[in-house]
Amino acid sequence: MYTTELQKVDPQQAPTREPQELIDAFEARVADDAFIEPKDWMPEAYRRTLIRQISQHAHSEIVGMLPEGNWITRAPSLKRKAILLAKVQDEGGHGLYLYSAAETLGASREEMIDALHSGKAKYSTIFNYPTLTWADIGAIGWLVDGAAIMNQVPLQRTSYGPYARAMVRVCKEESFHQRQGYDALLVMANGTDEQKAMVQDAIDRWWWPAIMMFGPSDDNSPNSAQSIRWRIKRETNDELRQKFIDATVPQVLLLGMKVPDADLKWNEERGHYDYGAIDWEEFYAVVRGEGPTAKERMEARRKAWDDGAWVREAADAHEARRRIKAAA
Amino acid sequence: MKTDWPLWEVFVRARGGLSHRHAGSVHAPDATIALRHARDTYTRRMEGVSLWVVRSSDIAASDPEQAGPMFEPAETKIYRHPTFYELPDAVKHM
Repeated sequence: MYTTELQKVDPQQAPTREPQELIDAFEARVADDAFIEPKDWMPEAYRRTLIRQISQHAHSEIVGMLPEGNWITRAPSLKRKAILLAKVQDEGGHGLYLYSAAETLGASREEMIDALHSGKAKYSTIFNYPTLTWADIGAIGWLVDGAAIMNQVPLQRTSYGPYARAMVRVCKEESFHQRQGYDALLVMANGTDEQKAMVQDAIDRWWWPAIMMFGPSDDNSPNSAQSIRWRIKRETNDELRQKFIDATVPQVLLLGMKVPDADLKWNEERGHYDYGAIDWEEFYAVVRGEGPTAKERMEARRKAWDDGAWVREAADAHEARRRIKAAA
Repeated sequence: MKTDWPLWEVFVRARGGLSHRHAGSVHAPDATIALRHARDTYTRRMEGVSLWVVRSSDIAASDPEQAGPMFEPAETKIYRHPTFYELPDAVKHM
């Protein structure tokens, strides 16, 4: 799973003046493709941009567990249940790798979790769409995780070492997510007319949200240039979006389905697909957390956290008792 | 819970014969739970046959700002490498 940058803060407004020679040395290092490690000097704006991006990415993994977790009991076979359970567990793992990476920058786990639960932190908008049928779960694995992979592959070489290393691990695991989703849809696409209709319906509803996962277009993405200069980002939103469309359209056709975009056309000259206009109004409404699903997701997340409190308290009590015994 | 559990660094031995390698970190109140969390977080796909967890606060690290004085002296000591010595072709097995 993945999130693109959502909370716009001007990273230029650094709180204090930073020594120019340190800034210059830092800029030279990233320009030279060196990795920045936790204890290295870095501009405050770089640190804050990364904390924001990595923690949003982590939140997205954690929230991503919710729509899929809902479907574990309703998966159509024991095999599909086992697969979905493994995928949800992976998403939890990805969240943990990323929280750890953000912690190396000085953010605390508690702060980040609080920010998520209080609604202050953003997560990927994709989870604010409802999952209506089993075909949606296939479409999420294939399209949503597919878009995530497109985004995450270049992040394996992002300039901040712990983030890059987390991404290497995530990318290794993510490929299974996409393949199992497509595999589930392939079975349905070769099934009854009703099953085929479910697949097309899922594609109709997930195609555009998946396309929007790459974030605003380049001319409307003010922080992109700085992130690219700092080698946090390696490719622009539109470049990644185009790659995803080019790779995915043939997969839709292979399922015997249609892409819900009347303007989609292969452009021989560009060597890419041309695609229709994106409804950014809808995107921003979903970013702002409008709609019933956003509320439901956070309620489910808070409930899971609160219901688990006794386990955390028991673990604390156990450790406290062990200490007392050891001291006696 | 008022504060985060302590942070533990996780080291995984991928298979017999290899050394443990840093994989990441987990939060846990004690070593037993740290090992369980490490297992669930870092070895879901047979990535390891053995785990170490160490409290992050117990690790002493070199200062990156002292990396120059610390490591650069080795750069000029190229005679420590076998390729520094050019021997006649007639010398075999060396």
